[in-house]
Amino acid sequence: MGKNILKRIDLIFKEEPDSKNVLKKTLSKSNDELINELIASGLKGRGGAGFPTGLKWKLTAESKSTEKYVICNADEGEPGTFKDREILTQVPYKVLTGMAVCGRIIGARKGFIYLRGEYKYLLKELNAEIKKFHAICDELGLKFRVEVFMGFGAYICGEESALFESMEGKRGEPRNKPPYPSDFGYLGKPTVINNVETLAHTFTIFQHGTDKFRELGVKDSHGSKLFSISGDTPTPGIYELELGMTVEDFVNDFGDGDTKAVQVGGASGFCVPRKKFRETRIGYQGKLTGISLPTGGSMMLFNSSRSMYNLLSNYLEFFTEESCGQCTPCRVGTQQLIEGIRAVKRGEKPASYLDKLLALTETMKATAKCGLGQSVANSFQSIVENFREEMIY
Amino acid sequence: MDALQEKIKEVVAHHGRERHNLLPVLQEVVEQERYLSDYAMTLIAEEMGISAADVYGTATFYSFMDTVPRGKYLIRVCKTITCYMKGKNQILMALEEALKIKLGETTPDKKFTLMETNCLGWCHKAPAMLINDDVHAELTVEKVHSLIKEYKERP
Amino acid sequence: MEFSIEVNNRKIQARKGDTILETLTQNGIKIPRLCSVKSLSPTGACRICVVEVEGMKNLVASCSYPVSEGMVIHTHSPRVLKARKVLVELLLSNHPDDCLYCERNGNCELQDLSYELNVRERRITGVKSKLKLDLSGPCIVRDSSKCILCGRCVRVCDEIQSVSTFEFINRGSKTRIGTSMNRDLNFSNCIGCGQCILTCPTKALHEQSSLDRLQTELYNNKQQKVIQLDPAIMASIGEEFGVKPGKEIEGKLVASLRKIGFNYVFSTSFAADMVLMECAAELKQRMETKENLPLISSFCPAWVKYAEQFYPELLPHLSKVKSPALMLGSITKSYFANTIGVKQADILSVVATPCLARKFESQRIEMTRNGISDVDIVLTTRELAHLIRIYGIDLQNIEPLLPDLPFRTSSSSGKLYANAGGFTEGVLRTLYYQTTGKEIPTTKIGELRSISGIKEYEQKIGKEQVKVVVSNGLTNINSLAKAIREGKLDAHFVEIVACQGGCVNGGGQPIGLSVKDKKMHAKSIYDIDDTEIMKAAHKNALLKDVYDKFSEVVGKKNVDILLYTRYTKRDVLR
Repeated sequence: MGKNILKRIDLIFKEEPDSKNVLKKTLSKSNDELINELIASGLKGRGGAGFPTGLKWKLTAESKSTEKYVICNADEGEPGTFKDREILTQVPYKVLTGMAVCGRIIGARKGFIYLRGEYKYLLKELNAEIKKFHAICDELGLKFRVEVFMGFGAYICGEESALFESMEGKRGEPRNKPPYPSDFGYLGKPTVINNVETLAHTFTIFQHGTDKFRELGVKDSHGSKLFSISGDTPTPGIYELELGMTVEDFVNDFGDGDTKAVQVGGASGFCVPRKKFRETRIGYQGKLTGISLPTGGSMMLFNSSRSMYNLLSNYLEFFTEESCGQCTPCRVGTQQLIEGIRAVKRGEKPASYLDKLLALTETMKATAKCGLGQSVANSFQSIVENFREEMIY
Repeated sequence: MDALQEKIKEVVAHHGRERHNLLPVLQEVVEQERYLSDYAMTLIAEEMGISAADVYGTATFYSFMDTVPRGKYLIRVCKTITCYMKGKNQILMALEEALKIKLGETTPDKKFTLMETNCLGWCHKAPAMLINDDVHAELTVEKVHSLIKEYKERP
Repeated sequence: MEFSIEVNNRKIQARKGDTILETLTQNGIKIPRLCSVKSLSPTGACRICVVEVEGMKNLVASCSYPVSEGMVIHTHSPRVLKARKVLVELLLSNHPDDCLYCERNGNCELQDLSYELNVRERRITGVKSKLKLDLSGPCIVRDSSKCILCGRCVRVCDEIQSVSTFEFINRGSKTRIGTSMNRDLNFSNCIGCGQCILTCPTKALHEQSSLDRLQTELYNNKQQKVIQLDPAIMASIGEEFGVKPGKEIEGKLVASLRKIGFNYVFSTSFAADMVLMECAAELKQRMETKENLPLISSFCPAWVKYAEQFYPELLPHLSKVKSPALMLGSITKSYFANTIGVKQADILSVVATPCLARKFESQRIEMTRNGISDVDIVLTTRELAHLIRIYGIDLQNIEPLLPDLPFRTSSSSGKLYANAGGFTEGVLRTLYYQTTGKEIPTTKIGELRSISGIKEYEQKIGKEQVKVVVSNGLTNINSLAKAIREGKLDAHFVEIVACQGGCVNGGGQPIGLSVKDKKMHAKSIYDIDDTEIMKAAHKNALLKDVYDKFSEVVGKKNVDILLYTRYTKRDVLR
């Protein structure tokens, strides 16, 4: 365990009575009441963009269609993230309950869990849980069914529209937006797609009410959040913490005493150098979100023995392989970035070439079709700007 | 009708001919056959009424859709940042030594294939790898050798 | 619903449901683009068409973003221009640097863009694509190293032609455009229509060129060199030389080709008249016996290959008559060879055509006799233009000459088949005469001259109400073919051409033609028909003459093999 500077929260993994209780509670309320509760809680998507969950459900509920879907995004692929797996292992019923409530509100009878191929070992247990859950639904007269859809090794499918394409049997290439999922999701039908953790939080909100959730965190960043902590730390693991802490508090709690940098939000997130630990907060406010595409809460610590060049090069290799390859800035950009930093390191290009690459990432950010291509700039800029010498020598 | 034709007819009938069933169909064939042969993809295309190019294009998008033959035990070592920091290369070397093959190769007895993969989500217990669907984390060189020994003894 | 938006500080009207790009184009604001083409669904892949929309963090791809009321757009702000330039630089960063050696030098959209956006230095460098050149296809060559992955070929092949030869394969920086199983093109289901070449912005797709071989053959004095000109060439080749389409140009081409070294220049239209005669007779006979109706046209080699691959059960419906070009090829190496006393093997038979699939058709086993092909070399309109340039001929000022006898003149029906529906008009004219002994009352059939993908018409001939259907652009064929297969199509004759609008828009035509150009080309063919006195194949006196002597010159037993062909089911990677 860490040094316990930051308050540990125990909501998500807290054992609760089974789903029946929450489902009964929600059945006694109207759809509007439930949506208002969710909006009042201030819950925002724990998967990336941080879109208000209540609003998402509301928009999809208002969309006119006889066929709608609820999808749980369990394509947890962001490097340094592993909390969704733990939720699905320990408290899957919370996620299933969230899906069923959502289904009732928006008018969907079918839900899917898009589970990444790398987590296939969860399938058996998960299906057993789903079976139990279906029995509860039947008992309460809820017509709702959940099915697991297996991914097959593609990080980009965590992007919601790529996930729909994948479920439709196609290449997982992100779609043009608009239209948004609330109007045009899986099979072109209105769809709510939520991250695993988001759905688990809805359980807490429906079980304990809005206040219990809202009293945690800071303004605009309400509630708790699961953090996946790894790298150079004596205490790697999953921790539920309040939003709004500084990176400094975080490092004091989890660091090994020699932390040089913290990567917040995985390869597509930001690298925070030691000198900025104090000024940087984790939450939805400000520049750093602590959550980014496609799954949030990744905190990777690096001590002074680590080469930031190797770090960046590892990320870029990841992106060249995991980009869907559809749009120019992402497909070619990632490739030329990695070639570029290699050339500078080998002395084939002057150090000033790094500035051209930085300018290139600006264009990638402004023009890429989806969040993946746009977010390559995050780690590239924060590493190159803060650790320029390490890129050259 | 040959055995594969029969199998694919069966798999497609089970999942349904609509396009949105393509991934489950491909996954099941990969699982049973250990890879998607050109012939299998052609049959699937025919059975589902989509072009073979489309099936091939879709399959090659997904890292786990192997389109070349793989061994009975497919090892995928995570190469993403934390595993890389925590000694993924030593693990890979140990595997190469234990299996007498290089990365990307399959043993002559078709029992093992050694591959790398991106983040497996076991960063807190790095380094990690998958053998087929099972995960093995907090790997050490010793652990790798005993694991491989154990798998070699399996049928 | 209409509303106003602001673009570059100016108010313009926009329609709900349109994309930003459509709105801008309607208002005369030009936005550079690569992956987006009007007739294909937008993918937003190249990102070149990005614009700045106030209130939005990132730039948006105008091709795929809908306009909305009150939008404030900047199409050429410094941020936008910088982004577009970087995107082009990225595409150039892994593109081979050999514009001077490239077939599309001067006619390349990537080159144009880098010029327009003022790309002047190589700021981004990196991996160059070094990919294999696929020379295996009879019609199309793929040079994947020049591919910028705009996906236009993928969409044209799927959305317009419904063949789906190409697909994106792999992922990330390894993404490519490939065929089934990433095999070479000759294993694929490619029908060689060449619409992908017309849409390709670079040289990633181009034709299998026959120019080198032709130039060598032209210096072989042991053979008689014969070339035939397809009527659709006359409509379009003028674009390459600044000459207006029309009758004039045929004479100029004849003169040029003689100068280049051809001994004889024939008109494919002559054989088209012959094909119409045979086809009308075939239709008449099938209507009498009621067998294998509807009769389906077979002069489009891309359609024939499509049928052999996808609808083998329809093959008995296909007309057994050869296509005009191959018909002329076979009578050149038989009837004509015998007339001038030259051996079959001592004739070089060249076809100049707008059709790329002829390259494949000429290599079909059915088109050889005694191991000798009826057509040795097929040149596209583009190659023909190139040939004329190589020889430095001034097409504008050359004195026109008539094509050679005996395959010199044709009725205007023999030219009409360049437009989708034209073949059917020709068949009806001659069928009417063959059935009733009278000329058809109205020659110009407006229903068959419209630009829709499926056209239908009924003509009373004798006691029979003859029903015809014309289909162009292969996506339209699937429902039609299914109806025929199930015996549900109430028609006597079906004309099918692969390319939208017909041969005049064939895959061998000049690249980069506008919709306006294409309309003008189609019109030029109709204009010839409107002014021509000899409107029907059966009126062609020269053809009558050839028919009279034909079996005597070629030998009675050879007639069938010279005029007719057969089709077989084709197994490909579908």
